[in-house]
Amino acid sequence: MRAALRSPVGLASAVLLAVLVLLAVFAPLLWGDRAAAIDTDSLQQGPSADHLLGTDQLGRDIFHRVLVATRLTIGLALLATLIGVTTGLVLGSVPSVLPRWAARVVTSAVNIAVAFPGLLLALFFAVIFGTGTIGAVLAIAFAIAPSFARLTQTLTAAVSGRDFIKAARVCGVGRFRLLVRHILPNIAEPLVINATLAAGSALTAFAGLSFLGIGVQAPSYDWGRLLGEGLQRIYISPAPALGPAIAVVLAGLAFNLFGEAAASAAGGRQQVRGRAVARHDSTVEEPDEGLLTVRNLHVSFPGGITPVRGVSFTVHNGEMIGVVGESGSGKSLTALAVSRLVEHPGTVTADRLDFDGKPLRTTSDRDLGTKLAMVFQDPMTSFNPTRRIGSQLAEVSEVHQGLSRKEAVRKAVDRLRAVRIPEPERRVKQYPHEFSGGMRQRAMIAMGLMGEPQLVIADEPTTALDVTVQREVLKLLARIRAERTAAVLLISHDITVVAQTCDRVLVMYAGRIVEELPTDELFTAARHPYTTALLAAVPDLDTDREAPLAVIPGRPPEPGEIARGCPFAPRCPLAEDRCREEEPELTEMSDGHRVACWKSEKELTLAAAGGAR
Amino acid sequence: MIEVRRRAEGVSTWLPFARRRAVRFLVSLWVLVTAAFLMIHLIPGDPVRESLGLAAPPDVVASRRAALGLDDPLLVQYWRYLTGLFRGDLGTSLTTNTPVSDLIGDRLPATVQLAVLAFLFVIVVAVPVGVVMAVLTKGGRRRGGELAFTSSSVVLAAIPEFLLAVGLVSLLAVTLNLFPVAGNDAPGSWVLPVLALAIGPAAVLARIVRVELLSVLGNDFVRTARAKRLPARLVYLRHALPNAVTATLTLGGMLLASLVAGTVLVENVFAWPGLGSTIVGSIQQKDYPTVQGIVLVYGAGVLLVNLVVDVVLALLDPRSTIREA
Repeated sequence: MRAALRSPVGLASAVLLAVLVLLAVFAPLLWGDRAAAIDTDSLQQGPSADHLLGTDQLGRDIFHRVLVATRLTIGLALLATLIGVTTGLVLGSVPSVLPRWAARVVTSAVNIAVAFPGLLLALFFAVIFGTGTIGAVLAIAFAIAPSFARLTQTLTAAVSGRDFIKAARVCGVGRFRLLVRHILPNIAEPLVINATLAAGSALTAFAGLSFLGIGVQAPSYDWGRLLGEGLQRIYISPAPALGPAIAVVLAGLAFNLFGEAAASAAGGRQQVRGRAVARHDSTVEEPDEGLLTVRNLHVSFPGGITPVRGVSFTVHNGEMIGVVGESGSGKSLTALAVSRLVEHPGTVTADRLDFDGKPLRTTSDRDLGTKLAMVFQDPMTSFNPTRRIGSQLAEVSEVHQGLSRKEAVRKAVDRLRAVRIPEPERRVKQYPHEFSGGMRQRAMIAMGLMGEPQLVIADEPTTALDVTVQREVLKLLARIRAERTAAVLLISHDITVVAQTCDRVLVMYAGRIVEELPTDELFTAARHPYTTALLAAVPDLDTDREAPLAVIPGRPPEPGEIARGCPFAPRCPLAEDRCREEEPELTEMSDGHRVACWKSEKELTLAAAGGAR
Repeated sequence: MIEVRRRAEGVSTWLPFARRRAVRFLVSLWVLVTAAFLMIHLIPGDPVRESLGLAAPPDVVASRRAALGLDDPLLVQYWRYLTGLFRGDLGTSLTTNTPVSDLIGDRLPATVQLAVLAFLFVIVVAVPVGVVMAVLTKGGRRRGGELAFTSSSVVLAAIPEFLLAVGLVSLLAVTLNLFPVAGNDAPGSWVLPVLALAIGPAAVLARIVRVELLSVLGNDFVRTARAKRLPARLVYLRHALPNAVTATLTLGGMLLASLVAGTVLVENVFAWPGLGSTIVGSIQQKDYPTVQGIVLVYGAGVLLVNLVVDVVLALLDPRSTIREA
């Protein structure tokens, strides 16, 4: 709650609440007489210097009546809130100590009551308790109670699942003691915040009842009653109605805004501030080499965080390339950047970023939509759950190839068959949740095949799948590449997956490529200490099963904490002073084999031979 | 074979959902009817004495009691009340001696029209505004616009409808003389009541639509839609918006229910000849059968709104049929 005062809204509403409390305490003492003074010489006057809001039918000053009414208005609202919250708390927490059937009755009663708007409940209770102040307090209190009971139930259920409650239960703590000692203190904060919000709505609801003439009765008066009296002559003068109306709005806002400020302070909402920087680097002319040419690619985020720092590689037609690295190495962002999917506030810059001979920046959506296919990590979340699989596939052809819905769906059936999904005619009409994980990933690949893909970018396509399904998906990617001569960029954290399927491997570490080599040399000629460590961590049939699994000590740096020197140096067994000072460039060691390391080839070969196997 | 299986799958989620929802509706309706019946009996003292006043002669009170059947055992009265409801008999007004059902039939249309128009206004204004604000402010863009939108919607939402009504009357009817102050005779007289009812809920809904859409835009399937290079219109309206519908509609149902209740206050400000102005008058005159009948109608209206919302939700989002009630 104290944190709420730090936000401007929280502070302003807190000041307003303090003013209201002061008025409630002192206004009747200071101006009580003036507010009650009957002046038959000035009945029903409009606003004047003497009477800021005019006078009522007995000539009493309305402005002072509004001030004096603060006490009754706020007091009754708080009283109603207190009774309502207490009742709700009891109704909401009592099911956890009652026998099961009784708990069910209470819970369903609350669920039914909560469906009715508070005002209807208040009217209902107002009939039972009679019109008048006490009736209105009880009516509003009981109208608040159900939603508070529901809130308490929800929070209690959430807390009850936590480990410390389970532990207390196992230790034999009684149900009542559990509730009072363990559960309630843990849900106190949201309850207090919601009680503040409830006080705001109690205040306006009370004003509503008094306004309707079924709340506070004459000669007592609160803002709602003053408002009702003012409304009767709004034609003659609006001030007598607007004065109390503004008072109700301000007080209601003060409670609501303070509650919301407290809630957001408690929620600890954090939002990343962003700014857009569009930088178009000069394009260094180079001869066209491949389908996808990437030179000096950077992806950065506000706050000086640059997860991809100068990545360069080329994908040729029909080639299958693997990108490996630990999570946070920048491989997925690289994939998003080369498919133009990095979103604000991320910024992509590159000396060259060409797809199919043209700068990616200027490639049309139609070309990208048909020539570039994406396969994402989690097929569960990558399909739109509210649309049928068929329509999600078909829309690619509808939008980019001008097919009619019918033709596009027929094509979708054909593509689903191509990825070996059984009964594709039936499957196109199903929703994603009716597909299994592996089938969904194949459908995702089929979606990429709706166009004529020249490049398939698969970002961890097998990570969310179980091992047998993984093989199928990898085989499918290999088959697409063979049958359609499409290039595949396969991103994976699993070096064995890449080794089985790809022609070349790019090893990424801390936003850079540290080694690039043909796959068939991976197990024999990998040189970078990081690559050899990755390979050494892979268990195989010869691995001693008694020995602990090999790991690379330490952890990769976060994108924000990359310091001087080679980022792998802190974990590298070969690191020397130079490694900690300067970052090595990716340099060609032999044909098609590039390494970013200060060590000489000879040193690396020796280390790889000794360390890895 | 394929047909059969598909139907079986459709039934497997729909049937339990429909059964569960129907049971809930009927139980709630029963609770409502019972509560409305008990309302008269929970009033401390003698409702007939309350209604006729202390000055009424005892024999008049006694004969009125007998005429209303209040001297019979509670269960007999309950049975008579239930069977009466099935025949559309809601009792007789204590003040006018006319059937309550006639009165309700007379006043209900004005209230329903008001609520429906206000709800349409809420949807037509709030959804586009919320979508546009989400698109404009996604990824932390346009912080100023976001702040202005959020704070103005918070303020508008916090103003109760009857105060908004008073403000609108004073500004647009009294000062500018654009619309009638009260009644529902001229077409222009609809504007202020609808606005008074709709502005608050519209502000709440627009805010929710924006927040929901923003969270949907962070989903993987939106990235998939972008990866398919669909035009922005399709990404937002076809892929993102339907996924924000669940929360929007759930809240929309609550707003509609509270809008139904809000008519009570707004009708009283504008002297609208609907149920809302009638129930307040009846409460003040202690005309309990009329109050009972109107409470029943309002309550049934709210339950019906909730039922419709759940069914629409199930149609739009097939997963919601699986969710536990």
